[in-house]
Amino acid sequence: MKLGFTAAEEAFRGEIAGWFERALTGDFARLRGPTFGRDDIALMKSWERHLGDCGLGTIAWPRAYGGRAATLIERVIFAEEEARAGLGPRPNHIAVELVGPTIFAFGRDDQKSRFLPPIAAGREFWAQCFSEPGAGSDLANLRTKAQREGGKWVIEGQKIWSSLAHIADWGLVLCRTEAGSVGSRGLSLLLVPMAQPHVTIRPIRQMTGESEFNEIFFDGARTAAHNIIGEPGDGWKAAMATLGFERGVSTLGTQARYRRELELVLTAARDNGKAADPAIRQRLARAEIGLRVMRANSLRMLANMECQREGREAVINKLYYATWHQELGELAMDVLGRMAELAEGMDYAFPPLTRMFLFSRADTIYAGTHQIQRNIIAERVLGLPRDPR
Amino acid sequence: MEFVFTTEQSLLQDTARSFFEKVGGSAQIRRASQKEAGYLPEIWREIAATLGWGALVVPERFGGLGLGIVELAIIEEQIGATLYPSPFFATIVLALPAILAAGDEAQQRALIPAIVAGERTASLAYTGRAGVPGAIDAVIERTDGKLQISGEAGFVPYGHAVDWLVVAARTADRDGRISLVLLPRQSPGIVTERVAYLDPTHAVARIGFDSVAVPDGSVLGGLGSGDAALQRVLDRGAIALAAEQVGGAEKCLALSVEHAHQRIAFGRPIGSFQAIKHMLADMVVRIESARSAVYFAACMADEEPGEAGLSEAASMAAVHCSDAFYRTAADTIQVHGGMGFTWEHDAHLYFKRARCTRGMFGDPAFHCERMARAMGLA
Repeated sequence: MKLGFTAAEEAFRGEIAGWFERALTGDFARLRGPTFGRDDIALMKSWERHLGDCGLGTIAWPRAYGGRAATLIERVIFAEEEARAGLGPRPNHIAVELVGPTIFAFGRDDQKSRFLPPIAAGREFWAQCFSEPGAGSDLANLRTKAQREGGKWVIEGQKIWSSLAHIADWGLVLCRTEAGSVGSRGLSLLLVPMAQPHVTIRPIRQMTGESEFNEIFFDGARTAAHNIIGEPGDGWKAAMATLGFERGVSTLGTQARYRRELELVLTAARDNGKAADPAIRQRLARAEIGLRVMRANSLRMLANMECQREGREAVINKLYYATWHQELGELAMDVLGRMAELAEGMDYAFPPLTRMFLFSRADTIYAGTHQIQRNIIAERVLGLPRDPR
Repeated sequence: MEFVFTTEQSLLQDTARSFFEKVGGSAQIRRASQKEAGYLPEIWREIAATLGWGALVVPERFGGLGLGIVELAIIEEQIGATLYPSPFFATIVLALPAILAAGDEAQQRALIPAIVAGERTASLAYTGRAGVPGAIDAVIERTDGKLQISGEAGFVPYGHAVDWLVVAARTADRDGRISLVLLPRQSPGIVTERVAYLDPTHAVARIGFDSVAVPDGSVLGGLGSGDAALQRVLDRGAIALAAEQVGGAEKCLALSVEHAHQRIAFGRPIGSFQAIKHMLADMVVRIESARSAVYFAACMADEEPGEAGLSEAASMAAVHCSDAFYRTAADTIQVHGGMGFTWEHDAHLYFKRARCTRGMFGDPAFHCERMARAMGLA
């Protein structure tokens, strides 16, 4: 047992870090800002094209589909260097990490050749349309339905919590294709063009005042009959696989962003004298220790995954980081004091740490709430009896 | 990446697990720790000599295996799981490394082979009466031309039973810097006494030094030269202790899960209630993150990161694992309800071990303060 990456992995890291350094100049430098250029659709799209043109859009994919067959560790390193370079999560993250792998695993050859190359080239963007107002933790309770009319699927229903749907060309839509079915049966995954009159996308204003997520209304939306993953009714299995493809890849990248936030808190504490308060200092040290432990746990998880093993360290990842990040938000507010409660100007625009504090309330909700995560550990890892549901 | 056990390390883990499960049942550990020595000498010899774990961290030139903290952590995890009482920690994790870190070749040759053979045990007297690391109440000074130690030491693990003591003493004519002195426990002027301790399966002693003569060649490495060596031993010890805490917490989880399956309330196993499930899931989060912290810190230590790097790794492990074990052990009592409050059930033994290991090398607040200094905050 030892720490560290192999020489080949370090060489890859050097290549990627150097590339980001060179690429993030000119207009692209704005992607390093506090909002990661999220307010500039043209900029996000041209960044994805640039990644594609440089052969770095989908490094995990096979070479035949525009990738470079990167290993898990190389993907992790890529995400970490992306974050270290000051970038936010990838604008086309959904397509690259979720939709693409789903099509690789379950799609037909014609679907692979139609949909994968534009993703690799950064030319087509995707939205994930799974959650609904009445189906969050209990996703299988979803009600959006699609029925065949001639050569098309016609879709009715509402989806929610879809990030960057307003820039998406296509949606991966989980819906009920068998009338009267309940639960996880009778569901299908459809590929639906978003630019059509029967699809309405509305941003959700979240408690931070910003809008990162959307609700999507399908009001008789159409897609061709062949735009289905697998057979009608196969949707649940494919959707569950979709949610698992990304496992582990983003861990170190997320932590690089956390590291930057923690440094902001530490700098603020040194500057305003709060570091001299022993109670605050203890919490700052705990935050530092907590982040180091998080990295240790991720490295252990990745090393095990490389050996095709999944240990218990993998299932705690979400609970651990969400808790840590929420506490960092609370600590940031205690360090900054009441100044953190003052907006700049009248439009509810707050400094980064205040926004982080507010956003971190979502950490224990998205991607499986804390309560669902605990149920999963208790039932699947510890083998405790399922409770009535 | 190779942050996984090697085949040899997995084998060591299997061996340690089955050995301590064999000798470390509840009745066995309770009986052994009630002996005057606090342990069973015949099993200690088996651990040190037969299994060869006395040689684990000993360099190959002394007939040792030349292994590192990762291997110590593997064994400590299993000791923690069973609370097995023995002078392993005192001898192999504390005293032996102190002799290796501070002693000269002759001093090492004199004692190490006997430890490897399981013929001798030793401990480290590193704190004063209050048990706070750094607060040392033993002083070494020259009186009438002869070196003597006076004062006392507290919380010395198995200090009443071991053959040798490595004593940390303040050096009167070296600005109070630390000297590490190797003395037979039965030297004239040394009085050792096992004290009643909150943790019933771990023995600690109070030691008085009444003008104890220090023979030539007993000061490890020279007068006043022990500060860095002691710090190194305590930091590496803190990582090994964190592994013991992880092992203890893991056993608490196993006891709790078993109970949650078996105990029926309102016609259902209590493990089907989310209030219980979520407590147990939180234990998994604490334990697995703590295990990652321990092996990360152990690898760091084995890669010799320098004094500052070692201290940071130790503080990380100490803070995270102390909290993980304590919270898990406390919740284990809660999950077991009234039965968890009885003397008969083992839950209290783990809870007490969790409490008493928390401050052994400085409590979490101490380690956070030290980390804060490393971060430039204080």
